[in-house]
Amino acid sequence: MRVLAAMSGGVDSAVAAARAVEAGHDVTGVHLALSAKPGTLRTGARGCCTIEDSRDARRAADILGIPFYVWDFAERFTEEVVETFVGEYAAGRTPNPCVTCNEKIKFEALLEKAIALGFDAVCTGHYARLSVVDGVPELRRSADDHKDQSYVLASLTPEQLRHAMFPLGSSRKPDVREEAAERGLAVAEKPDSHDICFIPDGDTKKFLENRLGERPGDLVDAETGAVLGRHTGVHGFTVGQRKGLGIDAPAADGKPRYVLSLEPVSGTVKVGSSQELSVSTIDADRAIWPSEQPLTGPTECVVQVRAHGGMAPAVAEVDSDGDAVRMSLREPLTGVAPGQVAVLYSPDAEAGDVVLGSAKISATA
Amino acid sequence: MTYLDHAATTPMLPDAIAAMSDAMSTVGNASSLHSSGRRARRVAEEAREVVAEALDARPSEVIFTGGGTESDNLAVKGTFWARRDADPARRRILVSAVEHHAVLDAVHWLADHEGAELTWLEVDDHGRVRPEMLRAAFEQGHSDIALATVMWANNEVGTVNPIAELAAVCAEYDVPLHTDAVQAVGGVEVGFAASGTQALTLTGHKIGGPYGVGALLLDRSTPAVPLLHGGGQEREVRSGTLDVPGIHAFATAVRVAVEHRREVAERTVKLRDELITAVRSAVPDAVLNGLPADSADRLPGIAHFTFPGCAGDSLLMLLDAKGIECSTGSACTAGVAEPSHVLTAMGADASAARGSLRFSLGHTSTQDDVDALARELRGAVDRARQAGLAGMRKQKQEA
Repeated sequence: MRVLAAMSGGVDSAVAAARAVEAGHDVTGVHLALSAKPGTLRTGARGCCTIEDSRDARRAADILGIPFYVWDFAERFTEEVVETFVGEYAAGRTPNPCVTCNEKIKFEALLEKAIALGFDAVCTGHYARLSVVDGVPELRRSADDHKDQSYVLASLTPEQLRHAMFPLGSSRKPDVREEAAERGLAVAEKPDSHDICFIPDGDTKKFLENRLGERPGDLVDAETGAVLGRHTGVHGFTVGQRKGLGIDAPAADGKPRYVLSLEPVSGTVKVGSSQELSVSTIDADRAIWPSEQPLTGPTECVVQVRAHGGMAPAVAEVDSDGDAVRMSLREPLTGVAPGQVAVLYSPDAEAGDVVLGSAKISATA
Repeated sequence: MTYLDHAATTPMLPDAIAAMSDAMSTVGNASSLHSSGRRARRVAEEAREVVAEALDARPSEVIFTGGGTESDNLAVKGTFWARRDADPARRRILVSAVEHHAVLDAVHWLADHEGAELTWLEVDDHGRVRPEMLRAAFEQGHSDIALATVMWANNEVGTVNPIAELAAVCAEYDVPLHTDAVQAVGGVEVGFAASGTQALTLTGHKIGGPYGVGALLLDRSTPAVPLLHGGGQEREVRSGTLDVPGIHAFATAVRVAVEHRREVAERTVKLRDELITAVRSAVPDAVLNGLPADSADRLPGIAHFTFPGCAGDSLLMLLDAKGIECSTGSACTAGVAEPSHVLTAMGADASAARGSLRFSLGHTSTQDDVDALARELRGAVDRARQAGLAGMRKQKQEA
């Protein structure tokens, strides 16, 4: 196959590309320039949009002996990922930009261009197991529990998955690092990227404040309706948040208070006890089914609502057109925010939990 | 492999390789007073005479440098500083909009850090600076002008400027003219004295010499403040131990390139015209940029095309995969293809400026190179068109 390897400059995508080469594919490396300011040189080698990262990716491609190019997706990234991120926060939701980037950039913009240019697949360094049998994709959790990225890939359509390749799915991160060192890839010791690549200092609140300005509103006790204080914008809060609420007086029962909901139009942030934060039903829509088969009838599964943690056993039921899902949780979850993605897994300890589907959370109860 | 990127760098001439390896096996600092030093100095001074003779200059006008970028920086910054020191009112630089980044970024730096004011000389649709445009700039006032800088021939589209006419205009106002002749030397006839310019940049690796060595031809009556201070070599304008093997090989390349210029140019023009015909027959709507194919004011080796509906970087990748090496004409350090400032200055819109490729021929080019391109171009363009500008902006037909 002709494979386009997306190379971020990190160790994972470099080893993924190396494995694709070794599997006998005709591999071309591409680094995506995503930053609107390509001159930014960030120290510490985190993230994925610096000149340093581009150079690291190029060096890895040199060592693998594959052609390498830099493609400019900055405009599209800004439009589809950064603007969406800001817009979702402004609307009181909590988006995951890595999900959007996989959905809209790596497996849409990049994949479209790759296919048009004659490639068969896009290869990335994601940790998730993917197989396609008779044209039906099956996405499973990684063999490395800590690194598993099936959550951020679960929003890919069957067609996107059919053109995806994740050579690291069955590996553990320490082994990948070791393999990189054995292959003479200088990025073997490069630190993992964390946080959001377009917010290099990790200060999401400040980033959103710069973008959205102050949008003052009230902090309200959900039970009594009492105004407990003022805040500078709903985008500074996430459902389930406890710290940084800026409330002086303790709750009547002396227990900590959490953000329960965000109302962007009125600017109201409702707070209350951890019990009130508990969610036992999740409604989600815009469902995507990797196997192209929506669930039929009540289905026992495990629901995950965040990239890390936030898992609970549940029974899922899907509406007739396969778009909306109601998940009745067998154990309550906290910190479930509209806008987040709910991923449904069928547990399989041996070969990795199978992704049944994913949908965007619209409401909780 | 089909190498169609001679304007980026061209293979070293066998004579230059021989000269370099000969000189590398001897020891001697050209500034030393003993016999080894004298021998090294003799090689360097003979090289200076060779370069001067080949380019209609005096040996004392030849300043050896580390290449084109350094020569451009020395000419632009050094002349600016010296002229401003003599008269603080002189802060303005006349500069063409299609210069190489070695000039562009140098004048931008002077504007940002040294209070220089920039007056941009526009080019016509062919990329040419016309003498009347230069004159118009002078007529707006000239006592504050430190220097003018206009390239002899453009590295992207291959358009040759009327340098002697431009220099004559500058002379009327007694303002020095620097010209970046990196692409011109070996391609067209270049004579320093006859050109009337005060400073001229050339470099080794574009003419079959080694990388990292070049020269600035600098008129004796045009002072320049040095960029590099130290041992006072090169009339105290460019300090640093002379790279004798590099200089020897560079001078050899200049001599050979100038001696054989006519025959190589004749051969190259013939191949270039066949390449243009082949491109047009494979892709009828391809647009040849710069002057018309039959113009005498084109560099022999460069053919630069816009392929409507294609992204230049896609096309480059597809041809590369078929063993054909060419260039989009400009690149930045991160490797992201920017729309060419040259095409933009010539009036092209951003998508045309992104959808362009430069094919450049040189002394080792053959008919096989043209044939290989003729074979592969159609398929690559078709594919690149399918990809269009995919990924660059959101598809509007999305639900």
